[in-house]
Amino acid sequence: MSQRGIEAEREGDVGPGLELEGSEDTSRGLRSYLIGFALAVGLTAASFWAVQTHAIYGPGISIALVTLAIAQMGIHLVFFLHITTGPDNTNNVLALAFGVLIVFLVVFGSLWIMANLNHNMIPMKMLMDMQR
Amino acid sequence: MSVVTSFSPVDPHHLGHSNLSLGTEWEDARGHGEGGPASKSVIVSYGFWIFLLSDIVMFSAFFAAYQVLAGNAADGALSFDLSNVAIETGCLLLSSFLCGVASLCANRRRLLGTEIFLFLTGVLGAAFLTLEIREFVGLIQQHQGPADGAYYSAFFALVGCHGLHITAGLLWLGTMMAQIFAKGFRHDVLRRLTCFSLFWHALDIVWVAIFSLVYLMRFAP
Repeated sequence: MSQRGIEAEREGDVGPGLELEGSEDTSRGLRSYLIGFALAVGLTAASFWAVQTHAIYGPGISIALVTLAIAQMGIHLVFFLHITTGPDNTNNVLALAFGVLIVFLVVFGSLWIMANLNHNMIPMKMLMDMQR
Repeated sequence: MSVVTSFSPVDPHHLGHSNLSLGTEWEDARGHGEGGPASKSVIVSYGFWIFLLSDIVMFSAFFAAYQVLAGNAADGALSFDLSNVAIETGCLLLSSFLCGVASLCANRRRLLGTEIFLFLTGVLGAAFLTLEIREFVGLIQQHQGPADGAYYSAFFALVGCHGLHITAGLLWLGTMMAQIFAKGFRHDVLRRLTCFSLFWHALDIVWVAIFSLVYLMRFAP
């Protein structure tokens, strides 16, 4: 490959996980993984603590769990998958945003529709009386 | 090939994608018809990223099914052991971290280090799988198996699907260890290793959702 070609390659986009590819700077990479690991362990411990403690207001626990889970997913994306907000990562972030959109549509759409159907269903007792 | 990140005071983040300093406009700019196609490693890992996202979309359908059935089926609550889940989570998290360390070793072309860390990744993955299978067997013996109710069925489909991914990942991991040993750090082997580590980290992200929303949520009032 010509020098020119190598130059051009450096200036372009970066694929996910390629942030440190070919880099001699291992300590920087290791530091990133260590920070990510420490934060992930902390958030996991917080989740397990949240369900066993009585310090949190009961109905708030499920909200705490969802928040901690989303935070930990973010930590994994940044420190393990090396998704950044840099200009060379635009494609990766846009693909991720689209994926997150579909996930939210599927999960919340299903829950909404099913809750609505459940709400509008004839109560089981009335249904059985009608069939009698 | 050693890549030294070139720092240009004019354009530190390569916003203009310009190789040359100021004055020249959009030279070699990607997406402007002049820079040519992206390098193969970028294309491969980006394509694999798209696959991983579609895999996560598939998991979201299982999550939706589970969540709908969790509150509305007549089945009793699943009886699982929280400490078992904690050990499983620890195994997978540490495994994900060691997989990252292995890819750092591969970047420096250290054969022994790469193989050792990949092996440890696999051992922890296998430990996770063993604990999960033991849990499944226990649930089936307590008549909470996939055939015993819609809610149990949704649980086994979701968690079992993740377990199958881990199994496939372990097979892939063994293949990568053998290929690195036999073929060395060739570019195509390194691209596969990058894809594997992306796959392994993504499975850990799915597990974060499972242990929070499936296991721990059961204990929330």
